[in-house]
Amino acid sequence: MSTPRRRITMATTWLDGCSGCHMSLLDIDERLVALARDVDIVYSPLVDAKQLPDSVDVGLIEGSVSTEEDLHKARLFRQHCRFLISLGDCAVCGNVPGMRNFFPLDAVLDRAYRENVQRNPQVPTEGVPRLLELVQPVHGVVDVDLFVPGCPPPADAIWHVLSELIAGRTPDPLQVTRFGK
Amino acid sequence: MMKQATASQIRVVTLKINDRDVTAREDETILQVARENGIRIPSLCYVEGLSVWGACRLCMVEFAGDHRLVAACSTRAAEGMEVLTHTDRLRRYRRMIVELLFAERNHVCAVCVSNGRCELQNLATECGVDHVRVPYRTAVYHVDASHDWFRVDHNRCVLCTRCVRVCDEIEGAHTWDLMGRGMNCQVITDLHKPWGESKSCTGCGKCVQLCPTGALVRHGTSAGEMERDADFLPYLSRMRHAE
Repeated sequence: MSTPRRRITMATTWLDGCSGCHMSLLDIDERLVALARDVDIVYSPLVDAKQLPDSVDVGLIEGSVSTEEDLHKARLFRQHCRFLISLGDCAVCGNVPGMRNFFPLDAVLDRAYRENVQRNPQVPTEGVPRLLELVQPVHGVVDVDLFVPGCPPPADAIWHVLSELIAGRTPDPLQVTRFGK
Repeated sequence: MMKQATASQIRVVTLKINDRDVTAREDETILQVARENGIRIPSLCYVEGLSVWGACRLCMVEFAGDHRLVAACSTRAAEGMEVLTHTDRLRRYRRMIVELLFAERNHVCAVCVSNGRCELQNLATECGVDHVRVPYRTAVYHVDASHDWFRVDHNRCVLCTRCVRVCDEIEGAHTWDLMGRGMNCQVITDLHKPWGESKSCTGCGKCVQLCPTGALVRHGTSAGEMERDADFLPYLSRMRHAE
C-alpha cells in the first residue's frame, strides 16, 4: 500500500463580497467529497476554526479590500499562505464594491446613513470596521499568486483551478472563466 | 475606407505571416490578408466596411528582423514581407493596452448590459488579462439617456469611433464626432447637445449595432441583455462604395 499523499491545507475568507464565490465553491457538489480527500480546509467562513494557522498551503480570498479589517485579513492571508488566490471579480478588480470609488467616501456614507433614513441619521462607528477611502482589489495591497476572475467564477472553473493545484500543476483560469462570467 | 484598385491594375503579392506563405492583392492590408487566411490578430477599432482609424493599436504586428511595430489595419501587404503577429513583445503590449482600457473608465463586466457579448471583455480573455496591474482612474463620465430609443454611457466608451464612422460614412448623418483630448476625449452628438435633442440623428441605430462595449445600448436592456447585429454593414458598405 502506497503512503498517503500529504493533505493540502486550504484557508478561505471573504472581504467585501457577497459570498457568491464561496457559494460557487460549494456548487462543485459531489466533487466536494473528492476535494476532501486531498484538502483540509483549516480556516474559512464555511468551517468552525476561528484562528488562521501559522502556515497554510493555499489561501483563497473572495471580495475586495474596502475596510481596515479587510486590509488586515488580506495581509494576514499573505503572511500565512504560501499560495494566495484572488477568487472572483471583487477580489480581482474591485467589481461592484469598487463602484463606490467613483464618489467621495463622505458622499457614500451620507447617502447610506443620512439621506435615506427616517430616524436618527448617523454613521455607525462602533462594532464595525472603518471604511477605506478607496476600495482596492486584493493585489492592490498584497502580492497575489493566481487570479480567478468571474462573478462568481463558475463552480467548474473553481474545481478546475483546485484540482490542477492539487495535481501540482499551475492552472490557467482564463481557459475556464473571465471577467463578469 | 482604403481605395481599392480596379480589377485590371491589381497585382498579387506574396508574403509570409508567422512563417506561413500567403498571397494577397496589393491593395489589401495585413489585417485583411491575415483574416482571409484564418490568422487571428486582435483588433478593436477596425471594422470591415468602415474607414481605417488605427487608434486602438491592438492589431500591431512586427516584421522579422525589423524592430518597428506597425498597425496591421493600416499597413498594406507588400511583396516579401515577413509578418509576425504574436511575438512575446506584441503579447506584452496588447495585454497592457487592454489593461489600460479597463483602468481608464468604468468597465465592471458583471453589471454591464453587454456582459457576455462584449468585445473588450473577449479581448481581455484573449490577451491574457486576468487582472489589471495599474490603478483604476475612477473618473466619472456622464450617461445620456435623452434619446427615445438609445442611450450612451461614456463610462463604458473606449473611443474606437466606430459610431462616428458608421454615422458619417454609411448613414450619412454625421451626428457623432469627437470632442476634447486625452482623457477628456469623448464622443458627442451634434455640437455636444443631448442625443435626444439632435437634429441630425435619424434614429437608425447603426452606431448602437457596432459599439464593441456597453457604451451605446438600447433602452430597456439590463445586465447581459444587450444583443447586437452588425450584419447589415458589409452589404451597405458595398452599396455605398459601388461605382
